[in-house]
Amino acid sequence: MRAPAPAWAADLNGETIEAVRATLGTALIDAVDQVGEVALYVERDAIVTVLTALRDTPGLEYQQLMEIAGVDYPDRPERFEVVYCLLSLTRNHRLHVHVSTDDVKPVPSVTGIWPVAGWLEREVYDMYGVLFAGNADLRRILTDYGFRGHPQRKDFPLSGFVEMRYSEEAKRVVYQPVQLAQDFRNFDFQSPWEGAQYVLPGDEKGMVPEAKGAPTPLKADEIVKADAPSKPQAGSTTHEPKTTDSTAQTGAGEPDPGNQRQDKPRDSDVVPTKGGGQNQ
Amino acid sequence: MSDYVDELMHVTDAADPTTGDVTIQNYTINFGPQHPAAHGVLRLVMELDGEIIERIDPHVGLLHRGTEKLIEYKTYAQAIPYFDRLDYCSPMCMEHTFVLAIEKLLDIEVPIRAQYLRVFFAELTRISNHMLNLGSHVMDVGAMTPNLWLFEIREDCYNFLERASGARMHHNYMRPGGVHQDVPLKLLTDIADWLDTRLPRLFEDAISLVADNRIFKQRNVDIAVVSREDAIAWGFSGPMIRAAGIPWDLRKSQPYDVYDRMEFDIPVGTKGDCYDRFMVRVEEVRQSARIMKQCLRDMPEGPIASSDRKVVPPKRAEMKQSMEALIHHFKLYTEGYHVPAGEVYVATESPKGEFGVFLVSDGSNKPYRCKIRPTAFSHLQAMDFMSRGHMLADTTAILGAMDIVFGECDR
Repeated sequence: MRAPAPAWAADLNGETIEAVRATLGTALIDAVDQVGEVALYVERDAIVTVLTALRDTPGLEYQQLMEIAGVDYPDRPERFEVVYCLLSLTRNHRLHVHVSTDDVKPVPSVTGIWPVAGWLEREVYDMYGVLFAGNADLRRILTDYGFRGHPQRKDFPLSGFVEMRYSEEAKRVVYQPVQLAQDFRNFDFQSPWEGAQYVLPGDEKGMVPEAKGAPTPLKADEIVKADAPSKPQAGSTTHEPKTTDSTAQTGAGEPDPGNQRQDKPRDSDVVPTKGGGQNQ
Repeated sequence: MSDYVDELMHVTDAADPTTGDVTIQNYTINFGPQHPAAHGVLRLVMELDGEIIERIDPHVGLLHRGTEKLIEYKTYAQAIPYFDRLDYCSPMCMEHTFVLAIEKLLDIEVPIRAQYLRVFFAELTRISNHMLNLGSHVMDVGAMTPNLWLFEIREDCYNFLERASGARMHHNYMRPGGVHQDVPLKLLTDIADWLDTRLPRLFEDAISLVADNRIFKQRNVDIAVVSREDAIAWGFSGPMIRAAGIPWDLRKSQPYDVYDRMEFDIPVGTKGDCYDRFMVRVEEVRQSARIMKQCLRDMPEGPIASSDRKVVPPKRAEMKQSMEALIHHFKLYTEGYHVPAGEVYVATESPKGEFGVFLVSDGSNKPYRCKIRPTAFSHLQAMDFMSRGHMLADTTAILGAMDIVFGECDR
C-alpha cells in the first residue's frame, strides 16, 4: 500500500478471515481481502447472529457499528446490497459485512445489537426502499415530508420528478413536474478501443475493403454513414442539415433512462402548470 | 375551617382533586427548525413534563441536497468541491477523507511535502472549527464575549486558508496525489508568528472567561452524562467518545499522511458530561497548534503533488512546451481518471469525529457509489437518551456540546 491512507491493523486481515470462517460457518458465503480491506458476504437471514458473533467473539471484538451503506446494482437478481462497516477499538481493525436483498425481502434489523442502527437503517430505507424487519421506527429520514420514491436508486433520475416553488396564487408551496430547459448531459467516456457498443461518425472509413494498390478514394456520396438507413434511396442527393436531436448524431452516450417523461408517476400533490415551470 | 386552611396551604388529597388543583399533562413542543441554538435547520419534537424533557424526536434532513447522488454523476475531481459543502465549518478535513479514499483505490504515492501540507491545513481547519463550536456553545448557555473573541481567531484562520487556496470557505485545495498549489514561504512564516503570539493570547483569554466560570459550570457539569458503554454502542467518535473516557483518536490509532510522525496528546474526559466535551475540544486546539508547529519545523522542500501524469494534471508552464502535457491536461479535465474497481471505507478524524467515505468504484471515471458517514448522525440520534430527564434549557447546552453542522448531517 503506497497511498497514505489510514493505517489500521490491515496485517490482521488474514487471521481475521480465518477466525471468521471458523466462527460463522454456513452463514458466511464468501470472505475476501481486496484493496487491503476485509469484506464478508453473508446470508441475509443470519445477519443478526453474524453481527452478534462479530461483536462478542473474543478475537473478533467489533464493538462499534460505524455505518450502514446501501448500494444499488440493478442488474443483479437481488439488486440491493446493504453494507455494515464495523470497527474494533481493541484490535484496531475494520471490516465490512455485505448482505443482498431486493425491495420486498426485508433484512433483519440490528437495532437490538447496536441502537445506532436505528437511523442508519432508516436512511437506507429512505434512499433505497430496503425494508428492515424489527426496526420499530422505520420512517423516512432525509427526504421531505410526503416524498415519494427512493432517490438513491440507479433508476431514479438525478433531477427528480417534481420541483417545488412558492405559489403566489395558492399562497403555499406547491409541487409541479420538473421542467428542464436542457436535458442533463451524461457523456460516455468508455474508450472506443475497449468495447464501445456504438459507431462513431467517421468509423465507416475504416471499414472500406482494401483493394490492391492504392485505395481509390471514395466520393462523398458513396460513403455509407454508420447511422444511415439501411436502404438509401437511389439518386437522393438532398442534403440534410446536421442535427443533434438524438444521441446517435452527437456521439453522446445513452440518455439517462429516468429522464424520460413517461416514467414519472402520477402524484395528486402535483399542480400542473399551463405555461411552464418556474423558470419560464 | 381546617379545609380552608388546607386549601390555603395547598394540602389536598391527590385522589380527590378540588377546584384549586391543576392536572398537569405532558405537552409537545417544536424546537426549530428556525432556532438560533439549533445550529442550523434542526427540528426537535419534544415531549415535556413541565420543563422536564421526556422524549425528543429529532427531525433531520431539512438541508438534504442529495450530495451522494450528485457525486455519482460527476468525475472524481468534480466531486471534491461537494465535500467542502458538507461540513462547511471544517471543509478541508472533509476533502482530506475523500482524497485519501481515492488514493487508496488508485494506490498512488503522495510526496512528503504534500502530506505535511495536508496535515498542516487539516489542523488549521480543526482550530477554526473548534473556534466556532466553543464560541457558539458558550453563547448558547448565555455568555457573549468569548464568542466574539474566538471569532477573531476564526477570521484569522479563514484569512490563512484563503491565502493558501484562494477561497475562504470552500477551498477545494486537496487533490488525489497531493494538493493543488504550493504555499508561499511568507504564509508559513505568518502562520508561525500567529501560532506563537496571537492564537495563544486570544484563545487563553477567551477560555479563561468560561472554563472556571460558575455559571458556565452550573449549565454544563453533569448534564447529559454518557457512559463508556453507551458511547460505544451509539457509535460515538471524536471528542464525544474521548469525553466519555475512551482515548480513541484516529490520528493516533490509525494514522494517515504524516500523523505518525507527529507528537501530540489525546485529551480524555472523566465524567462524559457537556463540560468534559467542551474541555476536550479546548485541549484539542492546543494540541492542534502543537502539531502545526511540528509541521512547520519538519516540512521538507519538494514537489506538492504526485508525478503520476495519469492522475495529477501538469503545470501550466509545462503545457506551453509539451504536447503530451497538453493532452494529459485535456484528458484530465474532460474525462478525468479511471479508478480501479473496488470498495473501500476510509475514515479520518474530522474535528467532529469519525468522518468516513465508503467508496465503490466500478472502474469508470465516476464513483459508482459514494456513501458519506456523517459524524452527526450517531451523535444526534443519541440526543433522545442524553437529554431525557434534563430541563428544556439544557437542550442548547447538549446540542452545543455535540458540535453538529447540518451540511454534513443531512448531506
